[in-house]
Amino acid sequence: MLDFPRWKIWAVSLTIAIGILFSIPSLIAGSPLAERYPSWLPSAKINLGLDLAGGSHLLLEADIADAAKQRLAAMEDTVATELRRAEPRIEIGDTSTSGGRLSFLVRDPTQLDAAVEKLRELTRPVGLTGARDWDVSVVDSTRIVLTPTESGAAKSLKDAMSVARDVVRRRIDPQGTKEVTVVTQGERRILVQVPGVEDPEALKTLIGQTARLEFKLVDLTADQAQVAAGRAPAGSQVLPMADGSGAMAVKRRVMVSGDQLTDAKQTFDQDGQPVVSISFNSAGSRRFGRVTQENVNKPFAIILDDKILSAPNINEPILGGQAQISGSFTVETANALAISLASGKLPVKLNVIEERTVGPDLGKDSIEKGAIASIIATGAVILFMLVTYGRFGVYATAALVVNALLILGIMAIFNATLTLPGIAGFVLTIGAAVDANVLINERIREEQRRGRKILDALETGYKEASTAIFDANITNVIAAVLMFYFGSGPIRGFAVVLMIGIVTSVFTAVNFTRMLVALWVKRKRPRVLHI
Amino acid sequence: MKLLKLVPDNTNLDFMRWRNLALILSIIATVASLALVGVKGLNLGVDFIGGQMIRTTFAQPVDVEQLRSRVGALGVGEASIQEFGGPRSYQIRLPRPEGGEAAANAVASQVRGMLQQQYQGARIDAVETVSGKVSEELATDGALAIALAMLGIAVYIWFRFEWQFGVGALATLFHDVSMIFGFFAITQYQVDLNIVAAFLAIVGYSLNDTVVIYDRIRENLRKYRKMAIVPLLNLSLNETLSRTIVTSLSIMLALGMLLIFGPDVIFGLTLAILLGTFIGTYSSIYISAPILVWLGVKPDSFLRVEDENAPGPQAA
Repeated sequence: MLDFPRWKIWAVSLTIAIGILFSIPSLIAGSPLAERYPSWLPSAKINLGLDLAGGSHLLLEADIADAAKQRLAAMEDTVATELRRAEPRIEIGDTSTSGGRLSFLVRDPTQLDAAVEKLRELTRPVGLTGARDWDVSVVDSTRIVLTPTESGAAKSLKDAMSVARDVVRRRIDPQGTKEVTVVTQGERRILVQVPGVEDPEALKTLIGQTARLEFKLVDLTADQAQVAAGRAPAGSQVLPMADGSGAMAVKRRVMVSGDQLTDAKQTFDQDGQPVVSISFNSAGSRRFGRVTQENVNKPFAIILDDKILSAPNINEPILGGQAQISGSFTVETANALAISLASGKLPVKLNVIEERTVGPDLGKDSIEKGAIASIIATGAVILFMLVTYGRFGVYATAALVVNALLILGIMAIFNATLTLPGIAGFVLTIGAAVDANVLINERIREEQRRGRKILDALETGYKEASTAIFDANITNVIAAVLMFYFGSGPIRGFAVVLMIGIVTSVFTAVNFTRMLVALWVKRKRPRVLHI
Repeated sequence: MKLLKLVPDNTNLDFMRWRNLALILSIIATVASLALVGVKGLNLGVDFIGGQMIRTTFAQPVDVEQLRSRVGALGVGEASIQEFGGPRSYQIRLPRPEGGEAAANAVASQVRGMLQQQYQGARIDAVETVSGKVSEELATDGALAIALAMLGIAVYIWFRFEWQFGVGALATLFHDVSMIFGFFAITQYQVDLNIVAAFLAIVGYSLNDTVVIYDRIRENLRKYRKMAIVPLLNLSLNETLSRTIVTSLSIMLALGMLLIFGPDVIFGLTLAILLGTFIGTYSSIYISAPILVWLGVKPDSFLRVEDENAPGPQAA
């Protein structure tokens, strides 16, 4: 018991000192002391969860069906362009994308092999197995069918998710200055956490918009009755108006798309209406210029996410690469669209499947009450320890206080997040942390009753109590690990505090109090033990 | 200074004398709890059934019936309105609207708009929207976590002690968890994600107590080879009684303070853990220990732990 070597004293003291040092920034955060805190000391702080800091938590899920549809549409475009460019040109027709497959007729059967050859070149290998992202097959020796392979779809979803994550981040935080969290979760989900959100609806609008912008010519040959019934002439499609005022037939071919934008801003038109001003890159400018030149006095449709925003007339060729998108916007919606366009389109539609928003006032209230309750709870337990164990209660108290600071310090070192249930975890740990000391002290009492001498009683007490301490805490670790693994957000916060608390409480109870007791016994050589 | 001794020295209570009565009561309570869950059901929050929850604090006390009819007038489905934390704070729960994401957003902004228009200075504290898919996942994950924690701990005890102890731990946990479920069925307190954390904490701490007692039983089994099992259990329980009481009291003291002074949002969580500590203390004495008698634990059970070569009977 007494042979507590010098190096061990140093090791225990140093560990505790470091832990306490790291707990200081979190303790004084927000108080005037924080400004006087020297900058050369550790500054890592505990993160506050959204339930304490206030903010929004959104879980987004990719719409797989939409992703497949978009991928198919992109393939359709590529195929059309590639076969048109082929030497000699390969004519195709009767294109269909039903059933999730792209199939079309090759007009000249002698070109079939050339077409298949060309298409095979378009497919790409996925992974190391030699599988390709599309299957190319021939049906009835005239029709080519492209079927997306499973691994191809998975690869494209993975790529799309990583682009989507970046796009979402750019939309929420264009300047890259806010502390937002945007991470992919699993194969098709993105978790977004934004602290201190005033208006979660605006946030969702911003993220929810795919922002696929397209300019297409209006099909003037279409019959109005047919359009109303949803039927369009060959090479055209019927799209609804964004404001719900019916539908319109437009050419399938895209004049220019949002991919060719360099910038988008919210501005006002000559009538003072909010609009979005866009600038094309050089290829986009040339293309836009050429098409508007060829189609003067005809209307073109501005299409956002398959809905027609407006269909203005081309009064004159638009050559400067600048254009305005109008369409009954408010300043807010125009601004949201501008941000969405500037950040690029989402490669896949994202749905919000979970939203949790906490207002800043509730969070602040919770922190205050949580802090007060933690202090009172600690005080109550300390008082109880003192009246129960006297001097040994003082040691237990010292252990308890050090334990609380160590938990905070370790959380700060690992940049862990404190949540509301985490506060409950903290208080629970305070109550339970004394358990190790109680086990030891009770054991010492017992051994003394059995007639052991002081040193012997202390020695046996610490030794015999340690197996019970170990086993009893392992059960908590098992619960905490499972809680962390299966839990989401706030529960994880609880589990983290619990796990750290278990480790620190065992450390302080077994090493720290033992050291204090050893030092006391060495100095005073007590004859009686009041415990 | 005179120190507080809640349990006098040389206390010798005959705990085991009441073991059959305690068992019958425990079984009745467990069955009743599960039956209550079946009959009354649990008040599941949006985390587990999906839907929307809006928490709001009004500037002045409001008439709940009027609030209910105003929310109802929006045509957003059957709303459940509960007081939450104070007389001016309410929780409005709405079913998940049909028509997916856009509809859910619309509902939230409708309610928000109505609150801010009709009630001057109303503050929206929190909005939670959980889709059916996510709520199903959360429910499955929560149930799985609780079940795995129970099993994991029982298996650990089996390895560290003997199979009888593992069975005893599992029975104890089953009892405790059922009782807490029963508590939520009776009170109809909302069961949300936080409550899963409470269950796991209870599973961890209820066993904490049991393990300490088991540890002492094992020690005494090795020490007093000739003692009959019932007196040995009584001895072990009495020896650890002081520790049991002091630890349980400190945990309850700390949680009690959190219950009184802490944030309203974790009231349910704290109350459940507090109750769990109480039930866990009872069950570690009256379920964990007597089970060992019925499962026939004898001093021999630990012979081979002490001496690998001893020709003792294989207990496992």
